[in-house]
Parts: sequence; C-alpha cells; structure tokens
Amino acid sequence: MSQNFVKASFQIQNGPAYEGISFGAQKSAAGEAVFTTSLVGYPESMTDPSYQGQILVFTQPLIGNYGVPSGEARDEFNLLKYYESPHVHVVGIVVAEYAWKYSHWTAVQSLSEWCVKEGVAAITGVDTRSVVQYLREQGSSLGRIVVDNGEPSPEYVDTMKSHLVAQVSTKQPYYIAGPAGAATNIALIDCGVKENIVRCLVSRGANVTVFPHDYPIQDVALQFDGVFISNGPGDPASCGKTIANLKHLLNEPKFEHLPIFGICMGHQLLALAAGASSVKMKYGNRAHNIPALDLTTGQCHITSQNHGYAIDVSSLPNTSFGAYFVNLNDGSNEGIIHTSRPIFSTQFHPEAKGGPMDTAVLFDKYFNNIATFQEAKSANAKIAVAFELPVQSMAIERVI
Amino acid sequence: MSIYESVVPTTSAFNTEHYNPQLVKGVESVLVIGSGGLSIGQAGEFDYSGSQAIKALKEANKKTILINPNIATNQTSHSLADEIYYLPVTPEYITYIIERERPDAILLTFGGQTGLNCGVALDKMGILKKYNIKVLGTPIKTLETSEDRDLFAQALKEINIPTAESFACETIDEALTAAEKVGYPVIVRSAYALGGLGSGFANDEAEMKELSAQALSLSPQILVEKSLKGWKEVEYEVVRDRVDNCITVCNMENFDPLGVHTGDSIVFAPSQTLSDEEYHMLRTAAIKIIRHLGVVGECNVQYALQPDGLDYRVIEVNARLSRSSALASKATGYPLAYTAAKIALGYTLPELPNPVTKTTVANFEPSLDYIVAKIPRWDLAKFQHVNRNVGSAMKSVGEVMAIGRNFEEAFQKAIRQIDPSFLGFQGSDEFGDDLDEVLANPTDRRWLAIGQALIYEGYSVEKVHKLSNVDSWFLHKCMNMVEMYKELDAVSSLDALDKDLLIRAKKMGFSDKQIAVSINKNTEANVQELEVRKYRKSFGITPFVKKIDTLAAEFPANTNYLYTTYNATKSDVEFNDKGMLVLGSGVYRIGSSVEFDWCAVNTARALRESGKKTVMINYNPETVSTDFDEVDRLYFEELSFERVMDIYELEHSEGCIISVGGQLPQNIALKLLNDGANILGTSPVDIDRAENRHKFSSILDSIGVDQPEWSELSSVSEAKEFSRSVGYPVLIRPSYVLSGAAMSVVNSEDELETKLTNASDVSPDHPVVISKFIEGAQEIDVDAVAYNGQVLVHAISEHVENAGVHSGDATLILPPQSLSQGIKDRLYEIAQKVAEAWKITGPFNMQIIKDDRNAGTTLKVIECNIRASRSFPFVSKVLGRNFIDAAVKAFIGEDVPKPVNLMDEEYPYVATKVPQFSFTRLAGADPFLGVEMASTGEVASFGKDALESYWTATQSTNNFHVPLPPSGILFGGDISKDYLGRVAQLVSALGYKVYTTSDETKAYLESYVADNRAVSIIEFPKNDKRKLRELFQRYDIKAVFNLAAKRAESLDDVDYVMRRNAIDFALPLFNEPQTALLFAKALSAKVGEKLKILESSDVVVPPEVRTWHEWIGQRPM
Repeated sequence: MSQNFVKASFQIQNGPAYEGISFGAQKSAAGEAVFTTSLVGYPESMTDPSYQGQILVFTQPLIGNYGVPSGEARDEFNLLKYYESPHVHVVGIVVAEYAWKYSHWTAVQSLSEWCVKEGVAAITGVDTRSVVQYLREQGSSLGRIVVDNGEPSPEYVDTMKSHLVAQVSTKQPYYIAGPAGAATNIALIDCGVKENIVRCLVSRGANVTVFPHDYPIQDVALQFDGVFISNGPGDPASCGKTIANLKHLLNEPKFEHLPIFGICMGHQLLALAAGASSVKMKYGNRAHNIPALDLTTGQCHITSQNHGYAIDVSSLPNTSFGAYFVNLNDGSNEGIIHTSRPIFSTQFHPEAKGGPMDTAVLFDKYFNNIATFQEAKSANAKIAVAFELPVQSMAIERVI
Repeated sequence: MSIYESVVPTTSAFNTEHYNPQLVKGVESVLVIGSGGLSIGQAGEFDYSGSQAIKALKEANKKTILINPNIATNQTSHSLADEIYYLPVTPEYITYIIERERPDAILLTFGGQTGLNCGVALDKMGILKKYNIKVLGTPIKTLETSEDRDLFAQALKEINIPTAESFACETIDEALTAAEKVGYPVIVRSAYALGGLGSGFANDEAEMKELSAQALSLSPQILVEKSLKGWKEVEYEVVRDRVDNCITVCNMENFDPLGVHTGDSIVFAPSQTLSDEEYHMLRTAAIKIIRHLGVVGECNVQYALQPDGLDYRVIEVNARLSRSSALASKATGYPLAYTAAKIALGYTLPELPNPVTKTTVANFEPSLDYIVAKIPRWDLAKFQHVNRNVGSAMKSVGEVMAIGRNFEEAFQKAIRQIDPSFLGFQGSDEFGDDLDEVLANPTDRRWLAIGQALIYEGYSVEKVHKLSNVDSWFLHKCMNMVEMYKELDAVSSLDALDKDLLIRAKKMGFSDKQIAVSINKNTEANVQELEVRKYRKSFGITPFVKKIDTLAAEFPANTNYLYTTYNATKSDVEFNDKGMLVLGSGVYRIGSSVEFDWCAVNTARALRESGKKTVMINYNPETVSTDFDEVDRLYFEELSFERVMDIYELEHSEGCIISVGGQLPQNIALKLLNDGANILGTSPVDIDRAENRHKFSSILDSIGVDQPEWSELSSVSEAKEFSRSVGYPVLIRPSYVLSGAAMSVVNSEDELETKLTNASDVSPDHPVVISKFIEGAQEIDVDAVAYNGQVLVHAISEHVENAGVHSGDATLILPPQSLSQGIKDRLYEIAQKVAEAWKITGPFNMQIIKDDRNAGTTLKVIECNIRASRSFPFVSKVLGRNFIDAAVKAFIGEDVPKPVNLMDEEYPYVATKVPQFSFTRLAGADPFLGVEMASTGEVASFGKDALESYWTATQSTNNFHVPLPPSGILFGGDISKDYLGRVAQLVSALGYKVYTTSDETKAYLESYVADNRAVSIIEFPKNDKRKLRELFQRYDIKAVFNLAAKRAESLDDVDYVMRRNAIDFALPLFNEPQTALLFAKALSAKVGEKLKILESSDVVVPPEVRTWHEWIGQRPM
C-alpha cells in the first residue's frame, strides 16, 4: 500500500510546514488551524458545526481507529444517532498517525472513505505535538493542507472574517417533537446547533422548535416555556442581528420570567446582549479535560470545550449578571448567571458528544427553571401565551 | 462520622493569599502501612505509592511512622519516613506500634491489599477506636464495601450499575441455582485445582451439572459467574476529594480480552478501540461509583465491555492505590499516589497544582499525545509443575511500560524490555500443532503465538481474532509490522536498504538489530547491529525526544519526564546538561527487583548531592527511580545498547553508570565502552574478566584465591569423566537450555546423563560448565565497594541455608554470628585481593563457600559480580552505612571515604533477611529451594540476637501465621539426616502434636521425641483436595516441616503433595533443614513470650518492636 500514497503537506502561514501523506479528499484546503486535545470523538468533532471552516489538528496521535459510524442512523426523536450534524464542518484534519484499518461494531466506513465522500482534506504523518507547540506560542494561525494533486496551492483564508454562523444555521425553522405528550416547548436559536443539544432537550420531555440564528425570536418567545441559544462557529461579534434580538429578551419586562440557557456561542451572544465584550483567545480551548469551577457552589467540573473567543467577564455591566463558571487552567470565563432571572449560560458544552457528561445536570437546572415558569404561567393567566406556531407544517430536520 | 468537617465545597477563590485549606484537624503524626515483601500481585508499585504518600505528608509537615519489613525499598529510608519499623505488617504488630507511637492518624491505602486488610481488621478489633486514630482518606466502611462481594454488588445495584456477579458454591445444587441466576453461558472456576482442572464453561444445565460435579470433586468451593468471554477489558483510574470533585486520570484497554487477570494482561493507555460514547459511558459510571461508595482519594474501576454493543459489567473496584494506578501515574505523568495522600489530608482537587505544569490545577484529566504499552513479565519457566496458562489468577512477577507515538513503536519497545532476547514483535516455533490452542487459551507466551500465526503461518487477522478475541484493531497494527518484515526481508544487503524504508522501519519501532536480522534472512549478508546504526546515522536518522506533560503540549510544562520516538520532526528539549546516565534495573523479575531500584535511586541522589546532573534511564512503572522528581532528566526508555547510546549521544553525557541496576545494564557495558561511551567505575573490560568463566578462574588462581574445581565441557562423555574425577554431586550449568531449570545439582552419573540429554543440548557450540558441588558447606556473601582496587567498605553476611540454595533464596544474617575473627579477616583479605586484581572502582559482591571437609577451613569463591548486588540495601541499612553513596563517590573520585573495616566493629543487634516466596500464586509449582532462584522478594527484621531477628523476619513474610501449641505439625521429607528429628524434638517439647504420613518417618521421629509424646500417622489422601483440607482441619495442623532433598519428579510424590498443600492451605512451610531448625529454635525461645502477650488483656509490646533508629542508633538517609 505504500506505493499508492499521495503526498501532502500541512503549512502554517508564516510558520512551519510538515510533510505527510494524504488520506482524505484529493483536494487542498485552507482555514484557521486549531487543535483539540480530546482523546476520543473525532466523528463528533468533525460534524460539530462550531468547527466550520477550520483545519483541525488532533493531539491524540492515533486517529481513525474505530472507523466512522453511520450518518443515516437516527434515534427515536429522528435525530442523527452518531453525528452532530449531517455533514463534516472542518475543511481538513491533521493527524500524527491515521489507522488505515479500523475496528468497531458501529463503523460503516473508514475515516478516509468518509473524508473523501465529504470532500475533506486529511493528512497523516505530521508531528502534531510540534504543531501544537507552535500554535501555543504564536497563537491562532491560518493553515492549509496542500495535497499533491497537480493543482495550485490554495490561498490562506481567514474564515473568522466570514459570517460562519449564517453558513451553518438552519435556513428555515424546524420542529423536533419530544416524547409523546410532551407539553413543554423550547425555542432554540440555531447558531450551528449540535444534534446532542437538541437530544438533551427533547429527551427531557420538551418539543423543540429550532429557529434560524437571526429569527426575530422576541416575536414568538412568549409562546415558549424557554429559549435556548446554541453553540456555533466563529466570532460572536459577527452575529449582530441575534444580539439585537436577544437584547429584547433581556431588556423588556414581559420576558422577565422566561428561562434562557446558552451554550458556547449562545453564551457569548447572551453576554454580548447583556453588554459585555468578547475577546479572541490566543489559541482557544478545544479539549475534553478542562476544569470549570462553579462559582456558586465551589464544585469543579471536567468539561468539553471548543471555542476560540471568550467573554471578558470584567466587561460585564455590573448590574444583573455575574460570573457563573471560571476556567481553572487559564482563568477565562466559562459562564454567566443572572442574579434574579432564570438565565444562565456556559462557555463549555454540558451536552458533551464528545467529552465528559459531568455537567449534563445543567440541562436539569434549565428544566427546573422551565417548570417554575410553567407553574407561574398556570397560576397567572396574564402571562400565559398560547402556543400557536404551525409546527406541524415545519420541516423535521435542519434546512441547509 | 467523617473526619472531614466539611464535605461541602467552598466558593471562595482558591488563589487568594488568605486562603486556607480546610485540612483534617489534630493530625500531627501519621502511621503509614507498607505492603511488605514483594510477591506476585503485590510488588514494587507499593514502594512507589508509599514513597509518594510520605513525600506528600512531609510537605504538610506531618511526622510519618512507617511499618514495612521490606528493607530493600526506597520508602524505608529516613530521607522519607521519620520512623521506620521493619516488622510484620499484621494487625498484631501494627497494634504494638500504635501502643508505642500513639499516632493521630493512619494511611491504609498505600500498602496494597495487605495494608487494606490490616486496616479493616484493626477497625474490627476496635484498635482504631481505642487509640482514637483517624483513618485518612477513604473511610473503612467504603473499604469494606469494596472488598465484600455481596456488599459491593448491593451497593452498585443501588445506583443501577451492573456488576459481574460471582457466586461461591459448595454443592452441585447451589452451582445450578447460581448458574440460573447469572444466566448461561457461565464460567466455573475452582480455587485450588491443579492445572486448571475444574474450570470451564457451561452453556446449559446439563453441561453445568457435569462441570460442577467434576469441579467440586477437586475443590471444596467453586465460583460461578456469567461468561463474558471475548468482552473487552477496560480500566479507569478515578480520584475523588472530600467535597465530591471527581476526575478520571487515565483509562486503559487490555489487549487480552476478558479472562486474563489485568495484572497478566498486555495493556494500552489510553484506550484505543473505544468510541466517545463507550469511553464516556464507562467514565461516567466510574464517577458515579466512586461518589456512591464515598472514596476519598484514589480508586480503580475495572470493566468488561461488550465488543459489539453498549452492555458492560463492573468486574472489580479497588478503593486503594493499585498496580494499575502506579501504571496510570507513569503513563500520564499525573502523580496519583501523591495527590491521593494530599486529598486524604483534606485538600481538594482544585486547591492542588498540577505538579507537572505547575501553572494549571490538579483538577483535570491528562490528555496523552502518545500511546503507552504495558506487558507483564512472567518467570514461570523457573518452576516445576507450574501451569503456564494465564487466567483469573495473576502469575507475572513484573511488568514493563513503553511509550511511543504509535502502537507499533510502543509495542515493540515493550517486547524488547520484557527480555533482551526478544527482537521485537516476533513469532516462535515452539507451538507446533498447539498454535490454535495457545491463541484461544492464553499462556504467558500468547503474544508470540500471535506473532507466529501472523508472520509465519499465514493466518489472517480475522482468523486470529476469532481464536483469540483480541480486537482486530490491535491485530491490524500487528499486520503492519508483518508487512514491514516482508519489506525488510526482501532487502539483500545494507547498501540496498533505502532511506525511506529505514525511516519507516524505525517509525514502527524496529531496532537496529531487528533490521540487521531481517536483512540477513534469506541472504548471504551478515549485517551487524552496529553497521545498521552507523548506516542509519549516516542518513541523520536518530530519535527525537518528547515530553510527557499531562496536557498534550497545550500549556508550557517545564517537565523532565521524557521518551524517545522516531515519529516526530522536532525534539521538545535542548541538550546542554551533559548529565551522567544512571541505568536502572529494568523489569522486576526473579533475581532482580526493588533492591536495584534502591541502588539506582540512591546513585542519582548521591550524584545530585555532589552537584552532578543526572539522567535516569529505566522502563519499569513500579519503581521510584522513574519518578521524575528524583533526577534532572528521566528517560522512560529501553535499556538496550541502541537506546542507551542514542541518549548518551543526544545528551552529550559525561559518563554512564552501569553497575547499580543489576545484570541487565551490565550486559551492555562493554558495547557502550567500545562505541565510545565513558563508563564510570570498574572498566567493562575488567568486568568481563569476571563474567568469563575462564578468565575469572585463571585470575583467581594467579592471586591465590581458592575456588571449587570446574571445567567447561562440550560432550556428555567429557562431562561424565570430569564429574567422576571430582566426585558427585556436581553443579551443572548448560549454556543452552531446552526447558525447565537452567542450573541443577546432579548426584549421580545416571542423573547427569538424563539432564544433559533431555534438558539441554551439549555440543562444542553449547558447552556445559560443571563444577564440584560441596555439600553441607556454609555460604557467605561479601558485599563491598572499592576505589582504584582498594576496598572502602565491606559487609560479610552469612547464609543460614547450606550452599546449594540460590543466594537470592537464602536467609542472610548480618553481622555474621558463627564466623570467627580469623575467617572474617581472611574474607576481608580475599575481598582486597579481588578488588586489586580486577582494579575495581565501585560496588562488587562475592559468594564464598566455607569448606570444612578437610582439616582446616578453606574459603572458595564461587561467584563474583562486579556490580551492586541484591543485598546492597540490606547491608547498607543494617550497618548504617550507605554502600551506594560510597560507590558513587568512588565513581566520580570526589570525597572518597577512607577505607574502614566495618566488620571489626561491634553491633549490639542482629538483622536477618529472609526470602519472600509467591508459591501461593503459582498453582502446582513445587515449593522447593535449589540452585535456581524462586523467591520474588525479601523482608528483614532486627533483633537482639539471630533468633529474635529470624523470628520477626519470618513472621514478616506474607500471611505467615505462627503455629501455637498445642496445634499439630506435619513432618515429612528427608530422614537420612538428623535435622527433621531435631526439629521434632524441639517442637514436641513445646507441646505441639507431631504428625507424619509413613511408618518409617514415624519410627525415625520417635527416636528423637520424648517417650510420652507419641508421633501419630495420618492417612494422606494425595489426590483429594477436599479430604486433605478436612484432614488438616481435623488434626489442627498449623505448620509443615518437609525437608526436600530434591525436586519432586511426579505430582504423586507424597512430599510434593505435602509441601504444595501447605502452600495452598496457607500454612507455614519449612522445606530446608537449616531454616527449619532455626525456626524450631526461635519457637523455643519466643513462643512462650508470644502466648503470654496474646493472653494478656493489656497491649504488651514485645522486645523486637523497636524502630530502625533505636536498633542502630542513627538515622541514615
């Protein structure tokens, strides 16, 4: 098999270049080069819309071991069983050693076959540890995987300049019905939602209506028992429309009992709507092992993360929001919580997939807030608004 | 009630100046329980974890009191513990120490199963309550729950976590009911049956009836479990603090599917074939378990995972530091034992820094950017009649760990670490038609069978997977090496080896030697390892050095924990230190274990104290020398010539110390020297003059030092002729052994012929060395350190056993009690002559026979090793003089101490070192002492005289219960001499009942014991274990004296059965005449006192309970 290898190289703008072997699509790719230190979960990471347009470097040296599971398989809620969205969102992956032969009971194809199908560039044989050391020192950099296919190398592209959320968000609202008889309705603002976030909501007994990122949520929010703001790729500042919509929810008294929960990009947008500012991190946090201290309890949780921007917690107007979680490794903000309203958000991913599930209890907390709101509504007809959206006529999966 | 006042986390910021951790109050002194002598299943890992715990306690300014009779350990040193007791780790002796020391608290989870059992027993006895002692860390109740099968299953049921249920049954009906409960197919295991008899699978009730009937006829009790054959085995190491913060530090996946004890399994970390879903399902369960059980500290959870679905079972939880946690610590760089000790004191995880990065916190989970392979090391060939199948009971004596950036690199490194005779992934033609059988039913050599099947027999991955259930991912990776072999085999000469292929081979972990052998295969070429090395370097192909930093390089870490790899393009470190290389001991095996780790650690310390930079190379995860804070740089690497020379060159090292790690580093010394390395101490050329039998002998002759007659012979007839001329018995040492023991004592020409024709190949290529064996002579060990041929310090230890018992299995007494001043002077003189003749600088050891056969005494040197010996820590600690420290000063020629005759000094105490055997773990093995070493460890104790120290040391061996009169003692074995009779005489006078099995022995014994004390005969059902057990119970037999003159030839041998059952029924066994007699004398001297103490209602502390410092009057580091 050694004879048929196609050579490739991984190049960092103004930085080092690495020679390797292509095992993906026979096309070159460019994007922001980021790394994850997660040990497992490459299918989950690659289909996570938050990685849109990026080149992902794995520090775990052996990748592809357990192949790739089916992208067709769905669970009882019609959600994708193994993927976090229908397609791969990274433009390329960089690994130290690709496993040409895989072994797993869920696998239907090899990682290589999948990359080819999805048009994703992939390179193996790279000293990924030294890549990480470079990115760690130099900060976030642009990279490209150049496949030796006779075509000219692609230009470096700074995808952060494009409106990535708009690329991955559903184009039309869609509706995921919860378990039979589910009477809770959640509005989910899709900035690039992971399938498992929706699952975490529906499996707890809610029907979820997913809206495009810029949908005027304030127009329909009161029909719901809670609003959720999803994860998503890129710079939160590019989502001006969403921030403006969220400001309505935060500032208008009629929403004061409405539970809101944001994750990752959702957290950042909530914080920006509350008046805080965001900063681009030196190289971001992408891992499954990051300690986040709950400042309300003192408990420390191991969390799954994937973000290149963070909220500058000192910029949070000293009014109603406080810091909720803090990252014990680098001190960065990991969440905010409202002092009196049922609103909180986390920078990390309580839904995991991949990663540790230790903070899944935050979904329970959200549902407790929802239950409180529902009780208040049933006790006070004035704040109750009937759910009248034509969900039955909506799409039943994301509209790309 | 918890000793931790607060179990609620605090919300205050940890990093403020005013922050004070809420530690357990009122704890100034802590008693730490060690694990005792190294044995199978409980080995060096507990020296490592105990040492780390003591370090953590010291940092918190706690006084530490340590009990551990394992004198060779690093933890039993005043650089760590404040007070040290070399005493039996038993509830009885711990109570005495508590009475004397009144510690505020106790640490139970750092001394293996022994420590944990003692803790539970002390709690039951009410001792902890009586003395108001706080149990730090995981509470006793949790320990009890995790140990008790029923409580454990119940506890996990409460949180809906499935366990692998196991039912102990004593009747067929019970077994059938149990099988119904767990569901077919089931596995039946019997505890004591020989050769795996009585174990097996049953798919339905009919099969179960038959199987259980058969099993119960062999064993009084069987275990019935659901068969999870072929399931994956996965482990997680979990840490929890008092406020419920939890992390999993590492997970590990066994190459061998379920069925092989995890200690006997090949293991990889992190898991390689688990998806995110599986990984986190098991991780989440582990955290749920540790929270529910209430562990405060460290815990290990073992799972069986369905290979084709998400079902799983918890197999076992160890709520203590374990072998796996030691491995996980070394695999990740995360100091589990240290952290667990800090947590026990009341720290929480977020309060503790990550000791590797120092900038991040301990509350995280290491991310590995490499793969770790662990392979066990067995020494089953050293035993007779032992069953070589590996299964639910652990049999390995040590393990290796290798680090690489891909599977092949890590695996091949690990294979070579197991034994230098292995080139890497390879086959073996030993299996013949049994290949499929070995693949399906694992033995210690299964990985070789896999190699054989894939490389030579054309088996497909699917076929091997079907037979072995090893996950195909591992086998596919093995196939990559098979393909590489094919490519290399096709290369006809070194010049034809192209750079690309060479690089790819190196990336797959192929050694230079392995490449040379492959090229030579199928060709006329005769390429040597060194030529490949030179050729490789001519292309600039050399390994890179990477750090183990716990965070996959995400944060800068100034760590010195390193490994080498070819799968890289850049090294993490710069090489400006010019440090001195210290070569560690490598894998623990019979004949080389923790004592050499002590030597290596002390060498590094002495070098650092002299201001030298140190570089340690070792690959044994059970050691203290592989703790990164012991040295300036730690390479967790192979101790092969290739790798050591690579590191030597990379580091621009100033010198290399090869004589403190046992034989392994010594074996590559000459090659290192020849390739330009500076070897500190005695020149390898001179070392070679001691290892080569001919050179050694002629030098001894030239300096007038005596030795037994010997000759090297290349045919059976020559061997016969020589043996006849010197007279039988003779000791034979074949250079090529087909099977079984390598060395043996031969008593007759017939036996000689059998041995030489059946067991070994004698030819000019494979000569045999035969020497005169001197019967009944005393053996003496001389340990010494010299400088430029002059002895600086020396120690003379006398053996209790007569010559013929391997010195590693011998009982040593220091200072010697039976040697005259004249003999001691002559021994000193011999040591001086040898040091001078071999120009020794550094450590050496000699074994000398005191031959009293003819008029006058002759002293004959039988062996000389120019390196630190197994007894270095013993003599250093007993004499209060660190021999390694002296050796290091000699190596570097700085502050060299003045010569002193330590044997001329008066010592108001005696110390005795006794071997620790592991026969219990080796089903079927004949407990016999001979010229092949069989012990796995050692313990030592002090006393006012030899009897007291032997009395205490003997009790210090694992599970030794002193028989108390009027219980019964069973006698058997050699009655051609008076030893057995004298033993019977002594013990019957103490009120023990004397039993034997034959009329002949009865008559013999009766001629020794007083008239009114009859010797009774008991019928001995040799083949019925159940009846035997009943019989031992009926006659209240509490000890066995069976003096073995030779190894049993068959399993029907009544003496074999007697010895073996003493082991299986956990009774003290004395099988050698001198130690039997010494123990009988010790009983006479001490058992009366013991009875009084045990009967007393107060705690009376016996006189042997004194600290090391009290015995020797100083506190050596």
